[in-house]
Amino acid sequence: MTDWLTPDEWRAVALSLRVSFWATLVSLPFGLLVAYALARWNFWGKPLLNGVVHLPLILPPVVTGYLLLIIFGRRGAVGQVLDEWFGVVLAFRWTGAALAAGIMAFPLMVRAMRLAIEAVDPRLEQAAGTLGASRPWVFATVTLPLILPGVIAGAILAFAKAMGEFGATITFVSNIPGQTQTLPSAIYAFLQVPGGEPQAARLVAIAIAIAMAALLLSEWVARAVARRISGQ
Amino acid sequence: MTLRIALKHRFEGFSLDLAFEAPAGVTALFGRSGSGKTTVINAVAGLFRPDEGRIAADGVVLLDTGAGRCLPPHRRRIGYVFQDARLFPHLTVRQNLLFGRWFAPAGPDVGPGVGLERIVALLGIAPLLDRRPATLSGGERQRVAIGRAILSNPRLLLMDEPLAALDEARKGEILPYLERLRDELGLPILYVSHSVAEVARLATTVVLMEAGRVTAIGPASTILSDPAIAPVMGLREAGAMISARVVAQEADGLTRLDTGAGPVWLPRIEAAEGATVRLRILAQDVMLATRRPEGISALNILSVTVRDIHLGEGPGALVRLSAGEATILARVTRRSVDALDLRAGRPVFAVLKAVSVARENVGRAGP
Repeated sequence: MTDWLTPDEWRAVALSLRVSFWATLVSLPFGLLVAYALARWNFWGKPLLNGVVHLPLILPPVVTGYLLLIIFGRRGAVGQVLDEWFGVVLAFRWTGAALAAGIMAFPLMVRAMRLAIEAVDPRLEQAAGTLGASRPWVFATVTLPLILPGVIAGAILAFAKAMGEFGATITFVSNIPGQTQTLPSAIYAFLQVPGGEPQAARLVAIAIAIAMAALLLSEWVARAVARRISGQ
Repeated sequence: MTLRIALKHRFEGFSLDLAFEAPAGVTALFGRSGSGKTTVINAVAGLFRPDEGRIAADGVVLLDTGAGRCLPPHRRRIGYVFQDARLFPHLTVRQNLLFGRWFAPAGPDVGPGVGLERIVALLGIAPLLDRRPATLSGGERQRVAIGRAILSNPRLLLMDEPLAALDEARKGEILPYLERLRDELGLPILYVSHSVAEVARLATTVVLMEAGRVTAIGPASTILSDPAIAPVMGLREAGAMISARVVAQEADGLTRLDTGAGPVWLPRIEAAEGATVRLRILAQDVMLATRRPEGISALNILSVTVRDIHLGEGPGALVRLSAGEATILARVTRRSVDALDLRAGRPVFAVLKAVSVARENVGRAGP
């Protein structure tokens, strides 16, 4: 296996998978909460929340990366607190790459989940309430099973987006081989050196394969769950 | 079990202001669409919060805006059968039925312990248990929804036009199950309907609603045979509800009944001899004669007394007749009232064709 990829290339692929996995997993509960709030609740500042969530989708990724550096960098407002109180450093670490990837993927995740939640008939939740289920139980026994296809689709979409995230990542955590050099950063780095194109091409093939696999998997899982839920 | 309801709420262009008491049995909230019936039961369920109001079921206060008390729906223990079933699509019929069981409080204060098997048998849904809601017919779904509500062990059952979305055949399929529920479980039911036929079959008490107000309340037999209320129900639907005892099943396919005002023969009624049934006799099916008619094909000729005559705005009149203990309504023309010289206290004969009492107008009598 190792003979067709150099250790550096392997590290980039493995790091990308790890970054995307954690970015998706950690943002999942937040995504669900925000999607639910946007779909169901009316509160002051809802348009603002909606805007902030979608901002990374529209802003140049380099701007998002720069903002992350300002906020979560060692001298940043949040970064300083994390460093001094918890000893957590994000800038120029793989955890920072996961943060950047998670934030860039967040809007996609929230959109998929929000659509799923909006498709759930609130009258079913009312019915569950009259049968004795409190709000959290209604969510666990009725809402969540019904939105599961959307949650899975959102998670897989977020994973694929995290795998491909480049601009914000390279701005926030740079491009350190073995540390913060994800798949796209590695491809970029290989293209910068003469004769690096064959290496870049191999990674490009891997990137395409992973992205395709993620899409097919998400389709398949969502369809299986939808079949189970609709009772067909 | 008595349910006390007092509500006040202002909507745009509509206000609700009413108070009534629902005794045990089936209380039908009857009125046109838009009269506020569903709003009332939503308030009882806790799905709608009125500006002002107090709702108490026996000693338990569910809502008291004056005292700032409002129990959330899941703590009210009130079963709700919606017009559109609302079964959970991701669960099987069995899981749907048992949904409320996860949350129903266990303990001595819980009402009549009703087991899954009994309800399944009562509603005839045993063959459906492992199926998903998507594969059920409308009538089957509604029966499952009724079972699901009962199995959550409620103190009272709300039904919001549970038959409205079904065709006539499906209604006829479900009505006997509702009668069995009423007679065998003793669970108080608040039943919203705008169908006189359903109310006549099921209700023990009728609450008549118009534009957010209660305009009449009383025992079903009294309200349904009140000529003053007939225009609200629709004159074609006007008619009396009487109880009758099955005396004999006769060889030519007729059933002989005793109404208290003489024998009545109707097309075969599936009930044991000695059983009591409810008949709804439409006013437009009753003819009046001052002498006992002879040489007439109608089988049922009852000797009755005119109680009062209610003249409407058109050419028609509703005549209320005392037939022993029971009351019968007859819809005739004013011209006939004059020609026959009908007036209160006058003995007359009411003529009813056996075949004019439709099958869906014969039901089980309540307890």
